[in-house]
Amino acid sequence: MSKLVTLTIDDKQVTVPEGTVIVDAAKKVGIDIPVFCYHPKMEPVGMCRMCLVDVGRPVIDRATGQPVLEPDGSPKVQFGPKLETACTTLVSEGMVVVGMSEKVKAGRKDVLEFLLTSHPLDCPVCDKGGECPLQNLTMGFGPGESRFLYDEKMHLAKHVPLGDLIFLDRERCIQCGRCVRFQSEVVDDPVIGFYNRGRKLEIRTYSDPGFDSYFSGNTSDICPVGALTTVDFRFGARPWEMRTTASICTHCAVGCNLAFNVRREAKAGGDIVIKRAMPRQNEQVNELWICDKGRFGYHFAESGGASPLERLAQPLVRRGGELQPASWDEALRLAAEGLHQAGRELLALVGGRLSNEDLFNIQALAQGLGGKIGLDTYMAGGDLVSQVGLGQGSNLGDLGQGSAILVVACDLEEEAPIWWLRLKRAVERGASLIVANPRPTKLERYAAHILRYGYGSEAATVAALLDAIDGKQNAANSGIKAAAEAITGLGNLVVVYGSEGLGLQGSQALAQACANLLIATGHFGQPNNGLLAVWPHANDQGAWEMGLRPLPDLPAALQAAKALYVAASDPLGDDPALAEALRALPFVVVQDLFLTETARLANVVLPALPFTERDGSFTSGERRVQRYYPAVLARPDARPDYAISGEICKRAGVEAEISSAAGVFARLAEKVPAYQGLNYRMLAQTAEQWPIVGRPDVYYGGTAYENTQGLGVQVKPGAQDGPPPARGALGAAPALPLQAGERLAVPVTRLYDHGSTIAHTGLLHARTPAPYVALHPGELPASDGAEVQLSLGGQVFTVTLRLDEALPAGVVLVPRSLGLPLRGPQAVELKVK
Amino acid sequence: MFLIELARGMGTTLRMLFEKPVTIQYPEEKRPVHTRFKGRHSLHRYENGLEKCIGCALCAAACPADAIFVESSENTDEQRFSPGERYASTYEINFLRCIFCGYCEDACPTEAIVLGDNYELTFSDRREAIYGKDRLLVPVPPGGQPTPQQTEPGVFTRSIPVMENPKD
Repeated sequence: MSKLVTLTIDDKQVTVPEGTVIVDAAKKVGIDIPVFCYHPKMEPVGMCRMCLVDVGRPVIDRATGQPVLEPDGSPKVQFGPKLETACTTLVSEGMVVVGMSEKVKAGRKDVLEFLLTSHPLDCPVCDKGGECPLQNLTMGFGPGESRFLYDEKMHLAKHVPLGDLIFLDRERCIQCGRCVRFQSEVVDDPVIGFYNRGRKLEIRTYSDPGFDSYFSGNTSDICPVGALTTVDFRFGARPWEMRTTASICTHCAVGCNLAFNVRREAKAGGDIVIKRAMPRQNEQVNELWICDKGRFGYHFAESGGASPLERLAQPLVRRGGELQPASWDEALRLAAEGLHQAGRELLALVGGRLSNEDLFNIQALAQGLGGKIGLDTYMAGGDLVSQVGLGQGSNLGDLGQGSAILVVACDLEEEAPIWWLRLKRAVERGASLIVANPRPTKLERYAAHILRYGYGSEAATVAALLDAIDGKQNAANSGIKAAAEAITGLGNLVVVYGSEGLGLQGSQALAQACANLLIATGHFGQPNNGLLAVWPHANDQGAWEMGLRPLPDLPAALQAAKALYVAASDPLGDDPALAEALRALPFVVVQDLFLTETARLANVVLPALPFTERDGSFTSGERRVQRYYPAVLARPDARPDYAISGEICKRAGVEAEISSAAGVFARLAEKVPAYQGLNYRMLAQTAEQWPIVGRPDVYYGGTAYENTQGLGVQVKPGAQDGPPPARGALGAAPALPLQAGERLAVPVTRLYDHGSTIAHTGLLHARTPAPYVALHPGELPASDGAEVQLSLGGQVFTVTLRLDEALPAGVVLVPRSLGLPLRGPQAVELKVK
Repeated sequence: MFLIELARGMGTTLRMLFEKPVTIQYPEEKRPVHTRFKGRHSLHRYENGLEKCIGCALCAAACPADAIFVESSENTDEQRFSPGERYASTYEINFLRCIFCGYCEDACPTEAIVLGDNYELTFSDRREAIYGKDRLLVPVPPGGQPTPQQTEPGVFTRSIPVMENPKD
């Protein structure tokens, strides 16, 4: 703990750690010092001069070193001749800050007058109008009239696309540099920068395509004027017209807290619609940020109309070979009958997009009828995360000096962008980062040690690292030894594993190796220690907690089943090779948002509700259970998944709770050990967070929303308070003999893919690549961008070839969810067309 | 005593017979309204036909009766409704709610919405009381073009015109 300093700000005494700036100290006691360029998450620069205050320091007698006293006994305070910037001035003992004197007000008034010399004052049409720091501060401190000549205002371009997601209005920019600093300091994507100087200074993008960053939307939140606007919300609504609801992002395992701004619209026929998704503060999850996929990728939930990409409007049943609309009653009765008949030969297949409540009821149905249930995923190891996952009270924001972080088989920025950003910050605070990956990733810029291994030896690498820590010197190379030394002796260790190049088996082996490392070094069951899996979906970890496991062999399971019940998963869409097995099934029920490929083959199709129209809870990768709330009204003929499966349960004679999500969660908390004692009210509790954002002073932390509807609860891993976990044997690495002419293909994850939840967001299509494979140059006599034919599992795909020097030789990288069905490492043939 | 009172009363009646009547034959005849009378609103246009309304929704914010609803969209030079980037794609006033206070007129940054002198509002159902742009917009002035217009790029970049303070 650093030394505490006591000072006086506007007659209020405040005690803060040494090294705090005056703005933050004032905020702690509820005094708002106006700022534009300062942001609590970034280094102060003192560019805008808005935070001028009068600072006095106690006079020290040079001879004695004691403070000089006034005649009345109080210390004599000497004020400086000029105002000082409160955002760059550090607090000192006995300091007196005056933030509201006439002198200070005059200073602020002059600063505002300068800022407004060329500001267009088009507040009525500005998207920031109503939540604009410049507007608020001008009302508070600004001059009523300008002494500058109106005709000398600079007239600049008002419609500059920085990229395909963000527009710049050059006139409105007050050159505070928050966006530029955010991109370089916070997310290390310095794709925008200043160009020119003085009044000609402008923001430019230096990347191709423009503003090529996964975090670009955040710059619009922190922009203190309406200079940066998102394409999504441009002229969408005025801020005061919208209501806010709390939600959780469903796109990855981070579980970023969202706030949906909604309002009624004539364009939507008088319905309530979502106008924008904004970050909601949760300092333990996403701080004040969200990635662009979370910000723009909610549109899948609001699609409507007749095209096959649109949401299902009503239940469908197969009559005479055709899917035809049916009543809920009929569809549910048919589904229940069919599933009941199959009994023990029922197979339920669920996706990690479902909430805890949905999974619980579907599991109840499958188990009640004696059938099997499987999780549709390509990643494993959730059982180990339940055991040795991050301890209760963990916060990636606490990692720093004395912590080690090992990231294995993961391109973190693509798989979980916000975790990337948080680990980067942890390194800046002094954490020691070890990155093990077969190819370079962005995270390696911050790594203290980089371990390079070949695809397929993920688990072996982690096992070798453990051997090196244990002092077995035999096989370890120097890199592993150095990494082992870095881990040894540090207080905290977090191991993050992803799905780079892995299938189910490889993933399970890697998770076991990582768990062994944590168990052997004793880094489990305590805060800021443990295993973190970078799941592809929001609630994969929740499914594992409930005891759901992936099916080791999906085609065989399909063949053995008599009836299939699929929810939030599309096995046929993911892998066309399953068509035959699915057609052979006598009875298929699909419950989804869309008419998926699997649904087209189904006997009964049941329309479900997306997360924006219902409530529920997700368990994030950090095992934080978080609640989301309905943002808009539910479509009349769709139902939440837990209610659908509950109704089927009822009709099939299985007991289930269907009244509400809260009711299902109460049952679940009784049955599932991890959630023992939890309830919805606990998930909705909040606590004071630092920095304080989302209050009327939008200038301090931007327009991110304050968390008023729940921070969620991180549940204890099994090893915390439980019996100590035991190390497990690593499964044998699957042998993959390559025939002549074959190559090893491995799957990798990209943030923007062709998944059904992103396919509906047209905004991101420009960033979503066409199906491609990546190779090391020299592997194939073809140039970058050439079309090649990929033979995969008996099918041939025409794809674009990308050549990358950084890739290891001998493998073909195949991105997931781009239309190429690769669930794990596999032998493929690649031919130049 | 009684007779005197009666005569005085009858005298008043007699005098009134020769005075100019106060009643008029409405609706054939109409009384002129005051200059600042606040009747039904209309949305005004510039001389070239572009709509003055920029869809800022400040009228809706100012409205104490929540009678105004605005939805805005973005102008392009191919499809221009108003100067600048923003226009009102939906503009509705519910005259069953409106209290004719004129705050919308005060709030309007472009003098687009003006309360006129029409007080003859009748409806046969509630839906009819909601006036959309079709009934609120004034006709295109002579020499102007109807909206949307196709315009030269870089001409209509400002949403808010340079205006003088009101004189009267």
